Amino acid sequence: MNVNDILLAVLVLIGAPIVGCIAAGIDRKITARLQGRVGPPLLQPYYDVRKLLSKDNMIVNKSQNFYVVVYLVFIVLSLLMLIFRQDILMIIFVYTVASVALIVGGMSTGSPYARVGSSREIMAILAYEPILILYALAIYLLTGTFKISAVVDASTPLLAYTPLIFIAMIFVLNIKLKKSPFDYSTSHHAHQELVKGMLTEYSGPGFAIIEIAHFYEYVFLTGLLFVFWTVNPVIGFLLSTAAFLLVIVVDNVTARVYWQWMLKLSWTFLLAISIVNIAFLYFSGVKI
Amino acid sequence: MSLAKSPWIIHVNVNSCNGCDIEVVACLTPLYDAERFGVLNIGTPKQADIMVVTGSVNYKNVNVLKNIYNQIPDPKVVLAVGACASTGGIFHDCYNVIGGVDQIIPVDAYVPGCCPRPEAILDGVVAALSILESKKQGKIKGKEVKLKGNEVPSNA
Repeated sequence: MNVNDILLAVLVLIGAPIVGCIAAGIDRKITARLQGRVGPPLLQPYYDVRKLLSKDNMIVNKSQNFYVVVYLVFIVLSLLMLIFRQDILMIIFVYTVASVALIVGGMSTGSPYARVGSSREIMAILAYEPILILYALAIYLLTGTFKISAVVDASTPLLAYTPLIFIAMIFVLNIKLKKSPFDYSTSHHAHQELVKGMLTEYSGPGFAIIEIAHFYEYVFLTGLLFVFWTVNPVIGFLLSTAAFLLVIVVDNVTARVYWQWMLKLSWTFLLAISIVNIAFLYFSGVKI
Repeated sequence: MSLAKSPWIIHVNVNSCNGCDIEVVACLTPLYDAERFGVLNIGTPKQADIMVVTGSVNYKNVNVLKNIYNQIPDPKVVLAVGACASTGGIFHDCYNVIGGVDQIIPVDAYVPGCCPRPEAILDGVVAALSILESKKQGKIKGKEVKLKGNEVPSNA
């Protein structure tokens, strides 16, 4: 741990929510333009967070906001581990703890809508977790270690040998950003039948922390796609941005589906193409 | 100015004929686009700032109205949209109708009309924003409205 590392950590802690906030603003702006509307200002997510911080904190039990803090801390931790090129397997585990914290928080409130949302989020984890594990396995097969630093040091981009896993990871991005067609655990478009899903009982500062954690999550998830082309950071950035924009467009052109559909898609098509990719890596024995 | 830039709305229909509700929803369509002011139609009262009420209150839904009002965190404002929500409208004489929303909970702004145009509703929301801001400055809290049984009083 030297001075440069500490500076980088501080930069990420401050910079990531700003980038995530602007990404969320671009998301809302593009959505509005696709619907033929003017749309909110670019910094609308920032105004929302500032407003939520100034509202009263209305809680239904004492532990509710603790889970929110756990969610934020583990999201930040997983982002920092990604930035410092740590073990990809460990990053996935830390990230899962964050997702589980939000589910437990939703379950603890006792609201039927929060329970429905939480159980649907568990289904989402069931759907995307195998893909993430296979993504880690692909990194291991290609470099001989789970460390992301090995991918960064390699002279060939990861994408050259893992195009199918990249396609599967775009679906994971879609599920994790809670975008249509997989936005059924919490989404304000679903407020007529689901109220706010998992986050129904959160208000004021507690909800603001969730929003801030979402900003970190935007950066973390696009960072996982950035890893596919670290040889040239510009191409990596363009690749992850393109994937993000694709997810926004898909969000606007599709309708919400049953959770069974997501599970079927994930456990048949996505898992199949990932395993084909892994089998190719295993039998050809290529290294980067 | 932090509140005025992102007012989140909860829409409560108490005994409305659906005319005002359709006009409220029309505010969100591309033609009027309330989201350019940061307005979101939010489902849960716990995240809302402005309560938009349509329809006259009757003895069946009065407790629902009170319950939703109590669940909105401070600062909050109530916007009565339409003639029924403001005064009881053409239903004010009915045996089961209590009257306008202001008989039950404190109302900050009224949008008259049967039914009001979407422009009028947007105007009401923008008027409510300054009230919201002054409530924040003055730290004015909404009083908790006590729930009662659903029985109709004998003099009704």
